[in-house]
Amino acid sequence: MPGPIQSVERAAAVLRLLSGAGRGLGVVEVGNALGLAKTTAHGLLRTLVDVGFVVQDDDGDYRASPALADLGRPRTGADDLRAHAVNWADSLAARTGESVRLAVLHEGRALVVHHVFRPDDSAQELTTGTSLPAHACALGKVLLASAPVRLRGSLPAMTARTVTDAAALRRALVAVREQGWALEVEELTASVAGVAAPVRDRGGLVAGAIGVDGDADRLVDTRGRPRAGLVPAVRHAARAISRELGARPS
Amino acid sequence: MTTRAATTLDGAGQRPEHRGYVVAVDQGTTSTRCILFDHAGRLVAVAQREHRPHYPRPGWVEHDAAQIWRDVARLVPRAMAQVDASPADVVAVGIANQRETVVVWDRRTGEPVGPAVVWQDTRTAAIVEEMAADGGADRFAPVCGLPLATYFAGPRMTWLLRHDESLRRRAERGDVLFGTVESWLVWKLTGGPDGGEHVTDVTNASRTMLMDLRTLDWSPELLEAFGVPRAALPRIVPSSQVYGTARAVVPGARIAAALGDQQAALFGQTCFSPGEAKCTYGTGGFLLMNTGTEVPRSSHGLLTTVAHRIGDEPPAYALEGSIAVTGALVQWLRDNLGLISTAPEVESLARTVPDNGGCYFVPAFSGLFAPHWRAEARGLLIGLTSFVTKGHVARAVLEASAWQTREVVEAVEADSGLRLSSLRVDGGMTSNNLLMQTVADVLDVPVVRPMVSETVSLGAAYAAGLAVGFWPDTTALRRRWHRAAQWSPAMAGDVRERGWQDWQEAVRRTFGWVRHEVP
Ligand SMILES: Nc1ncnc2c1ncn2[C@@H]1O[C@H](COP(=O)(O)OP(=O)(O)O)[C@@H](O)[C@H]1O
Ligand SMILES: [Mg+2]
Repeated sequence: MPGPIQSVERAAAVLRLLSGAGRGLGVVEVGNALGLAKTTAHGLLRTLVDVGFVVQDDDGDYRASPALADLGRPRTGADDLRAHAVNWADSLAARTGESVRLAVLHEGRALVVHHVFRPDDSAQELTTGTSLPAHACALGKVLLASAPVRLRGSLPAMTARTVTDAAALRRALVAVREQGWALEVEELTASVAGVAAPVRDRGGLVAGAIGVDGDADRLVDTRGRPRAGLVPAVRHAARAISRELGARPS
Repeated sequence: MTTRAATTLDGAGQRPEHRGYVVAVDQGTTSTRCILFDHAGRLVAVAQREHRPHYPRPGWVEHDAAQIWRDVARLVPRAMAQVDASPADVVAVGIANQRETVVVWDRRTGEPVGPAVVWQDTRTAAIVEEMAADGGADRFAPVCGLPLATYFAGPRMTWLLRHDESLRRRAERGDVLFGTVESWLVWKLTGGPDGGEHVTDVTNASRTMLMDLRTLDWSPELLEAFGVPRAALPRIVPSSQVYGTARAVVPGARIAAALGDQQAALFGQTCFSPGEAKCTYGTGGFLLMNTGTEVPRSSHGLLTTVAHRIGDEPPAYALEGSIAVTGALVQWLRDNLGLISTAPEVESLARTVPDNGGCYFVPAFSGLFAPHWRAEARGLLIGLTSFVTKGHVARAVLEASAWQTREVVEAVEADSGLRLSSLRVDGGMTSNNLLMQTVADVLDVPVVRPMVSETVSLGAAYAAGLAVGFWPDTTALRRRWHRAAQWSPAMAGDVRERGWQDWQEAVRRTFGWVRHEVP
C-alpha cells in the first residue's frame, strides 16, 4: 500500500490554516506558514479554488469557502446541471429520434430534472420533476451504480421483468460501472426500453445520468441488445456535458 | 426504422454535398458562443465564454470590443476542435450579435478607439430628450420605424461624435469606422486593416434610427439629423449573402450571414411566414412577429424592424416588443446581491416558496422599453412585508419576465389583430422550468421550446447555409423544426387576473422616478 499522499496532506493543512485565520491570507503568508515555496503554495491554492474549497476575495486574498460547511451538497445542483445539459440533450434527441431525460438521485429515486420530447411533434407530456424507481430504469441504474446506497432484500416489481432481487441488482450495477452505461428493457413499463450513461463533475463524481427511452422495438434488437449507434450517442452526450462541468476526459 | 437509425446515428452514408459544418458565432450581451451545426441542423460542437460588462458610471454600460474579437478568435477553433474540423470542413460562417451596441475602430491599426457602448447604456438620454423636444419622440418613426430612445445605435454615435471633436474629423475622413458588433467582426474576419469588408446587415442597420425602412439604405435626412458622417458608416447588405472570405480564424471560409441576435432567433425558429412569432429570453426578452413584406406600423409601443433579407429577395419585416431586463435581473441577483451563485440556481431558490408572497419586482434598470418607453422609470421592489424571504424575491424576479412578456404579447395582439395560440420560446432562460411554466400561466397559452434552444446560433447558421446552397430553401429549414418541450397553463383565472392587476400597478409606480439630471 502506498504511503500518505503529500499533496493531499498539504491541501488539508492549507484548509486548516485558512479556516482558522479569521481573515484572507496572501500566497506568501500561506507559503510561510506551511514552509512551502511560493509556487507550491500558489498551485495548491489555485487547485483548491478550482474545486470550490477556497475562494479569493476582492483583494486577491484567499479564504476558506463557505461551501466547506456544506460538503454534502452536490457541487453541481439540478438547475446548473440542466443548464449545462440542454444543448447536448437536444442534440441527443435529434440524433437518436428518441426522447431524452436527465436525472439525479433524490431520496433513492431517479428524479427527472430535464426532459426533451421525441422529435416527431406528437403530443407528449413534460415529465420534469417526476421521479422514477431507480432500480427499474436505465437512468436510475447509472445513478445507483456510483452511489453509496445499500441495496437489500427485495425491490418492488414494476413489470414482470423488473430486477427485484437486491443481490442480482448489485451484480448488474457492477457491470454498469464497468461498461460505463446501463440498459433497461421493459423493466419499468411494458414495451419501453432505455439506455443511459453517467454525467461526471470535476473530480469524477457522478452528478447525474442522461439517457434516451422509447419503444423497445426501436431501441433494442430481437436479442435485447441496443441498436447500433445508440450507446455511443448516449455516451457522447454524457461526456460532452461532463466536459462542460469541468470533468477531465476519461 | 433500422435504416433511419443507421443514417441518423453515425452519419455514415452521408451524401458528399451534406458533409461539413456551418459555424455560427453568437456574440451576445452576456457571453460569446461558437456553435457548429451539421446538415441535419443538429448542434455538434459548442464553445462559450462569458464576458463581464463595465459600468464606469450609473447608466453607462460598456464592453471591450478587442476582447470580444479575441473571444471569437479563440472560441471558433475550440469548437472546431471538438469535432476535428479543419477550415476546409466549414461550408460557411454566420454571425448573430447583440444589437444596437456601437463599436468605433481605427481603419489603419484595426484597434477600437474606445469601449463599445452597449445597448443598455443610457448616456444618450439628454441627446434623445433634446431631439424629442423638437417634434416629439416619434418624429423619425415614419422613416426608421423607431421612437427616439437611448436604446438605439444612432444617438450613441451622435454622443461619441459630440464628445470628441477629433473623432468627428477622423470619421468624416473615413479614418475611423463605425459599426455594430457584426460589422466589427466581419471586418476583422475578412482581413481588418488589410482589405476587411466594412458592411452591416440590414437587420442591424434597422436598429440604428439611421436607415430608411423602405429603401434599406442610410437616410440622408436622418444622417443629417443625428450628425453622423456617411463616410464612417458601413455598407448595408442582406442578412444572407456571401460577404467575403475569412482571412483570419477560419482562413478560406465564406462569411455568409449576419443578423441581429433577435432576428436570428426568429429565423432559427423558422418564423418565415407573416403572423409567426417567438420570444427569446436572454439578458433581455424580445418578442418578434414576422409581418411579411409590407412595413408594419405599431400603435401600441412596438418597434418596426427588418426581420431578414435573403440575398436580393424583398425583405421581411417584423413587429418587436423589446424588454430591456429579463435574465439581467437574475444576473443582478447573483452579482449585486449575492443571493445565488449561478443564474440557474434562482429556480431552486424560488421553489423554496409556493408563491411571490405579495412581492413584485419591476426591473426598470434602463427605464422601461416596450410597450411603455419610459426612460425616466427606475427599478422597484414592492409589496414588502416582514413575511417576505429571499425565496419570494426570487419568485418575483422570475415573474417579472413573465409579466413583461404578457405586456408585449398584448401589444402584439392589439397591433396585429391576431391572437397568439401558443408562444415559441428560446434563449438561455428557457432551461428554467419554473419560469417557462409561469409564462404559460400568465399568458394562458402553451409555451413551446424547439429542439435547438440555441436558436440565435441556429438562425445565423441557417442564413449562412442558405447563402452558400448548403440548404436549398426555407421550406427545407422549416422541416427541421421540432418541439422539444411544452408547458401548459395551469393557473386559476382569478389568480392570474389579480397578479396582472398588481403587476400593472407596480409598473405605474416606477414612472417618473428620475426627476433631476444625474451629474
Ligand atoms: N436557468 C436560468 N434561470 C434564470 N435565468 C437564467 C438561467 N440561465 C441563464 N439565465 C440568464 O440568461 C441570461 C443568459 O442567456 P443568453 O441567452 O446567453 O443571453 P444573451 O444572449 O443576452 O447573452 C443571463 O442573463 C442569465 O442570468
Ligand atoms: Mg443570445
